[in-house]
Amino acid sequence: MKVNSLKTDYLLTAFFLLVFSFCVHAAENPTAQQPLFDALHDLQQGAINDREHAIAQLSEIQSERSLPILRALLDGKLFTLKSGNQLVIGEDNHHGYDISDAVSGIKLDSIERSDVTKINLTNNLRVSLRKTIGQLELNAQDPVIRLAAVKAMGSDDDENALALLHKRADIEKESNVKQAIDTIFLLKEMNSSDKALRIAAIDKLKEVNSIDVVNRLNVMIEKDDNGNYLESDAEVRNLAKVALVKINSRLQFYSTIETVFFGLSLGAVLVLAAIGLAITFGVMGVINMAHGELMMLGAYTTYVMQQLLPNHLGVSLFLSIPAAFVISGLAGIIIERGIIRFLYGRPLETLLATFGVSLVLQQSVRSIFSPLNRSVATPEWMSGSWQINDFLSLTWNRFYILVFCLMVFVLLLQILRHTRLGLEVRAVAQNRNMAKAMGIPTDSVDAMTFGLGSGIAGVAGVALSQITNVGPNLGQAYIVDSFMVVVFGGVGNLLGTLVAGFSLGIANKFLEPFAGAVLAKILVLIFIILFIQKRPRGLFPQKGRAADS
Amino acid sequence: MTMKFSNPLRKLALTTVLSTVLFGSAFAEEDTIKVGVLHSLSGTMAISETTLKDTMLMLIDEQNKKGGLLGKKLEAVVVDPASNWPLFAEKARELITKDKVSAIFGCWTSVSRKSVLPVIEELNGLLFYPVQYEGEESSKNVFYTGAAPNQQAIPAVDYLMNDLKVQRWVLAGTDYVYPRTTNKILEAYLKSKGVASKDIMINYTPFGHSDWQSIVADIKKFGSTGKKTAVVSTINGDANIPFYKELGNQGISAEKIPVIAFSVGEEELSGMDTKPLVGHLAAWNYFMSVDSTKNAAFINQWHEYTKNPKRTTNDPMEAHYIGFNMWVKAVEKAGTTDATAVQKAIIGVEYPNLTGGMSKMLPNHHISKPVLIGEIQDDGQLMTVWQTNKLVDGDAWSDFLPESKPIIADWTAPINCGNFNTKTKKCSGQTY
Repeated sequence: MKVNSLKTDYLLTAFFLLVFSFCVHAAENPTAQQPLFDALHDLQQGAINDREHAIAQLSEIQSERSLPILRALLDGKLFTLKSGNQLVIGEDNHHGYDISDAVSGIKLDSIERSDVTKINLTNNLRVSLRKTIGQLELNAQDPVIRLAAVKAMGSDDDENALALLHKRADIEKESNVKQAIDTIFLLKEMNSSDKALRIAAIDKLKEVNSIDVVNRLNVMIEKDDNGNYLESDAEVRNLAKVALVKINSRLQFYSTIETVFFGLSLGAVLVLAAIGLAITFGVMGVINMAHGELMMLGAYTTYVMQQLLPNHLGVSLFLSIPAAFVISGLAGIIIERGIIRFLYGRPLETLLATFGVSLVLQQSVRSIFSPLNRSVATPEWMSGSWQINDFLSLTWNRFYILVFCLMVFVLLLQILRHTRLGLEVRAVAQNRNMAKAMGIPTDSVDAMTFGLGSGIAGVAGVALSQITNVGPNLGQAYIVDSFMVVVFGGVGNLLGTLVAGFSLGIANKFLEPFAGAVLAKILVLIFIILFIQKRPRGLFPQKGRAADS
Repeated sequence: MTMKFSNPLRKLALTTVLSTVLFGSAFAEEDTIKVGVLHSLSGTMAISETTLKDTMLMLIDEQNKKGGLLGKKLEAVVVDPASNWPLFAEKARELITKDKVSAIFGCWTSVSRKSVLPVIEELNGLLFYPVQYEGEESSKNVFYTGAAPNQQAIPAVDYLMNDLKVQRWVLAGTDYVYPRTTNKILEAYLKSKGVASKDIMINYTPFGHSDWQSIVADIKKFGSTGKKTAVVSTINGDANIPFYKELGNQGISAEKIPVIAFSVGEEELSGMDTKPLVGHLAAWNYFMSVDSTKNAAFINQWHEYTKNPKRTTNDPMEAHYIGFNMWVKAVEKAGTTDATAVQKAIIGVEYPNLTGGMSKMLPNHHISKPVLIGEIQDDGQLMTVWQTNKLVDGDAWSDFLPESKPIIADWTAPINCGNFNTKTKKCSGQTY
């Protein structure tokens, strides 16, 4: 069914209507759809200004198709078919789109991406669209949608919007939605000429965690250009000041929590990057400059997995973890067997050789995947943030990486403590000759240990692909930090790596607001240099015979 | 291999090889004009510069199909300075003295250009520099086909101020010369427009910065005072993805706090997950999405040349396109590839750009270009939302910095100087 043909349908029907004066049920009355067609026509063909008008029109005509069309428009799913100008809603199916007619909602075929042109939006349009959708969704079933709707309408001074909010407030049962609506009205009351109303509003608002309240209160105690207070009444002003102090102390509290979280999550990334190195460098004493590139291999594995399973972002991410472990681990074993085992006890040569390996790996990735960064998508459940209140929200991707880091750490600790490989690794690390004498095949243990460390680096790469670029330079960005964490934590001590990573992360994040990102990094480096001067073996020096050798 | 030949046979083989080499090179010198391509093909900058190398090869190929230049074929000499700034200078020297190229097209970062500058001036070569940069420079031997600050940064700020009614400004950049100078100019410009110091937040981060949590939280706080806030970003390359990701995750959408970027184009967007970026802005002089017949032909040619229908085109590519064709026209006008003659001939040369205007080489060695502002779409393209109604002339020395305000660049007689002080009527003697 095409829009044009629908339009002729309408004309014909209208003609019959006129002639026979039949009474048709309102919902199916095509005349009721005429404004819808006009609005949709403007949306499709009009200039940017016409589109804004069309959006307002769509919300006014109260058709049940308005909301799905507006939603599709906001989500970038509204298209025009290149053949025939039909307006369709398309769901991405990774090859093209599954389309349905926008006006009727009837399902149509799947089509190629190139068969449609998207209806574009600008930021201004998106703002008015969100407000319009907010008005339409104010009575939605889901309280989460209602809350978003209230927030989208929030700053609006539109009479119509306020009336809708009033109506909603009377029947709203969900406490957080109700509070959001109340806050809007209380903020309006702060502009009231009645002093008692203003005081009452401040009194209630000082318990609310909202940035809008802070801004409004700040305005109250400010002076205008002539030096007069914007709030003329001294009593109200003092109350506002008291309320601000109260809210600010809460704000301070939450922002400290936020900074600690930032620090922990930076620490988690550092620990993930360093923990593989803690094994190869810490336990085996090999300076592996290609460690960063092993992480890069892990990140590229994630990319390849995503290309193989384009429809299952979450699954491909989970599958990437073992895949990256195996690939980076194998690469590690090859490096160990092929190069490093000939260089044991010659740290300088090892350093140079592995640096060479890192360059080879970088350039081969450039040749295979092109020097451009690869785009790795983030699954839905890892984007956005966990909104605890207006003052505090924790981003999901960082949160999951923090959890992931702890899981990897615990798992690794268990492997080293409770498996045969772990036992052998520790034995060889403590005394190679004695271990050999006891019949432990030190050569293959070396290869397995290096493989384990490299595999962990690959797993870290999977996590990194979710927060940073997947490109040939990924590894370089983390290699220095990794060594820093391992040395600071104490060579050969996994727990030290964990503590060092987290404390460096937190220190960095507490310094950053005062010193700026560049200086904060320098300060942390200086601190570590001084610390190593004082305690050359790091936070948790190894004790016993291994320490003396 | 030659070890096993008997003595006379070896001599014969050697002579043949030698003569081929000698005649071969003599043959080449007579019949081709050499063009140097100085872009990093390895190292950190390979990500951006490899594309420009391919663009140059395509343009040279195209020119040869049209019959070459002055009756000779063009020959590209490609070298790899490997993102290593001093190596840029060495390779430039090699190109001019050893390969005897007539012109060099190359460099990306300002520091690589600054490193090549003394060499190219000493040997009197020609360099076409295709990337937007911080200005405050005009060399006799360099032609700046990318945007000067008044062709990108200033119009972008004007757009935000007038069309989006932005009142509070975050100037965020990577810590090196281009962002520092651009932000200095922008800060002076904003203050001249009456923006108070407390409404400007300046932030620098190291190269490749990946942990944006605190900075984005700061921007969020700075932008939550009720006044419209925007971020002007001179953040470079790799640091952009984590930055936009963090913005998206912390719930800062383009509607609340738009970010306008000067270093994010189609090429960079192709390597990003564009979801969190939709609606953010970029200011350039060319977008791949521009609807013109010239642009469509150029994109077509690029796809055919790279045999990849998905390859994107971008602003610095267009700059090379204009620069190369201007050089061709200038050489034809001068009738020779001699650097001094071309320097003289190229001023005033006009060539149509891909957005439908006529760009012109100005006496200050910059060119006139349109300024476009686009919103990022989820397909990685930029949709034009605003553009200047005529071309903007590139200004080498910013009018908004007190120290460079009286200085102009004019490489025509009688001034003939890259930094002429209009107050003291003196050419300061420095060449850049």
